[in-house]
Amino acid sequence: MTSFLGTDTIIEITYLIATALFILSLKWMSSPTTARHGVWAGEAGMLLAIAGTLLNRGIVDYKWVVIALVLGTIIGVPLGKVQMTAVPQRTALSHAFGALCVTLVGTAEFYLRAPGVPKFMMSVLSMEVILGSLTFTGSLMAAGKLQEVLPQRPITFKGQNFVNLGMMVVAVGVAVVLVLHPDRMYLFPAILAIPLLFGVMMIIPIGGADMPTVISLLNSYAGLSAAAMGFVLNSKLLIVAGALDGASGLILSVNMSKAMNRSFSNVLFGAFGQEAAVGKGGKEERPVRSATPEEAAGILAVASKVVIVPGYGMAVAQAQHKVRELYDILTKRGIDVKFGIHPVAGRMPGHMNVLLAEADIPYDKLLDMDEINGDFPQTDVALIIGANDVTNPAARTDSSSPIFGMPILDVDKARTVMVIKRSMGAGFAGIENPLYYMDKTLMLFGDAKSFVGSIVRELSGGHS
Amino acid sequence: MKMDLITSLYVFMLAAFIGLEVIKRVSPLLHTPLMSLTNALDAIAVVGAIILAGEHKSTLSTILGTIAIVAATSNVVGGFFITDRMLKMFKASAKPKP
Repeated sequence: MTSFLGTDTIIEITYLIATALFILSLKWMSSPTTARHGVWAGEAGMLLAIAGTLLNRGIVDYKWVVIALVLGTIIGVPLGKVQMTAVPQRTALSHAFGALCVTLVGTAEFYLRAPGVPKFMMSVLSMEVILGSLTFTGSLMAAGKLQEVLPQRPITFKGQNFVNLGMMVVAVGVAVVLVLHPDRMYLFPAILAIPLLFGVMMIIPIGGADMPTVISLLNSYAGLSAAAMGFVLNSKLLIVAGALDGASGLILSVNMSKAMNRSFSNVLFGAFGQEAAVGKGGKEERPVRSATPEEAAGILAVASKVVIVPGYGMAVAQAQHKVRELYDILTKRGIDVKFGIHPVAGRMPGHMNVLLAEADIPYDKLLDMDEINGDFPQTDVALIIGANDVTNPAARTDSSSPIFGMPILDVDKARTVMVIKRSMGAGFAGIENPLYYMDKTLMLFGDAKSFVGSIVRELSGGHS
Repeated sequence: MKMDLITSLYVFMLAAFIGLEVIKRVSPLLHTPLMSLTNALDAIAVVGAIILAGEHKSTLSTILGTIAIVAATSNVVGGFFITDRMLKMFKASAKPKP
């Protein structure tokens, strides 16, 4: 017995060290200079914990464990190699996998222990399974929408929130009955099936622009379900990892909902995606000023301070490398070029930064909304590429606008505003943008990639 | 059993506070890699799955445990891999800032 006790202690110590490494891992993520150490710390902790677990004397058969570890690695490698534009759907898919693991373990634990599961155990087990299964289908749906294998258009129907809320009430009700009467094993499949359906229903009304919030929220759920699993298995390591993940998802969800001007409770209850009925007021034909690439290049060439505001449209047009060329050529002329990035630019938190970093734009030129907004009054040219609603000054000034109160990039305070846009069509939320009709605004109509390319050609031709 | 529960609740509470404090300090620049990293760390659930599959207590638990290991391992491998790929791309300006 004492020798076994020795092994148990060793295992617990590997878990303890792994826990510390996980916390350090997140701490090092605070800055790009130390962030890669964070990955290494996380990997070391993970390897240590898995190695420790394999020593567990309860394991009688390694065959399936090894096969599964190998299989998981084979699936994991291509998932680590996806393109940067596909990172949001990859992330959603990995939330689904994490939730699947938690749900399956929870289900197995229930049938191993039932009947006669103690009340507290049954409560956390229910929480694990409910959160896990709704995160599983919800994340699969989100991944499908992001990958565009499912229609991205939000699907809404009358009483949707009522139906969804009702499902959750029923699921929680069943769980309560199970806690009180753990012998009613036949009820267990219900707390799997109802949340699985709820996960689908939850994502149906979500459109593309709400994805950053949804992914963060699913991230939080995945973490909480893993923490619940930690309670079930009495694993402190898992509780800590789940709590860290849950906290991270929570912070990101709050950030995203603030950036989208939605209250957090609105998001929590799955009421997002309910785009306010768009005011379709008579479309007046107002004059706009447009400009050619030559004119745009001329204005940029005499500027001393330029802020580029990229939106998801830039990524869709695959224009980031052309934008980098523009950045290079302007910087070479001694022009100060910075990027202003709205928190919801892209399809997940921070996505735009990754896309620009991939195009080799130095990260110290990528500034978030709060950092850049003070700079606009001293900016000669604000160049907007594929962003719309996040630059709409109506959010500041027009209390009747559906996006009133949403924090925006104050591009309208720059001396000249240039907007690269395919046409005058309204943005995602279908809201008119008064920015386009301002005297200082020049509309540059065309495809982002080719238009930026033309500006670059113009600037390099005229210079050397 | 009761004490385990209380200890676990303490652990959860402290970890949640640490998480909130640590993650608040992460630059918005790195929010995407942050999410893929926490996702990989979350896949530590694999340890539970390994024990479940390895203990071989019932056919059902072995099957579910094996699938769970596959799902979690793919997150571990893919998650760390892509996080590192992303972080490698973040480079500072060549010249030091004035």
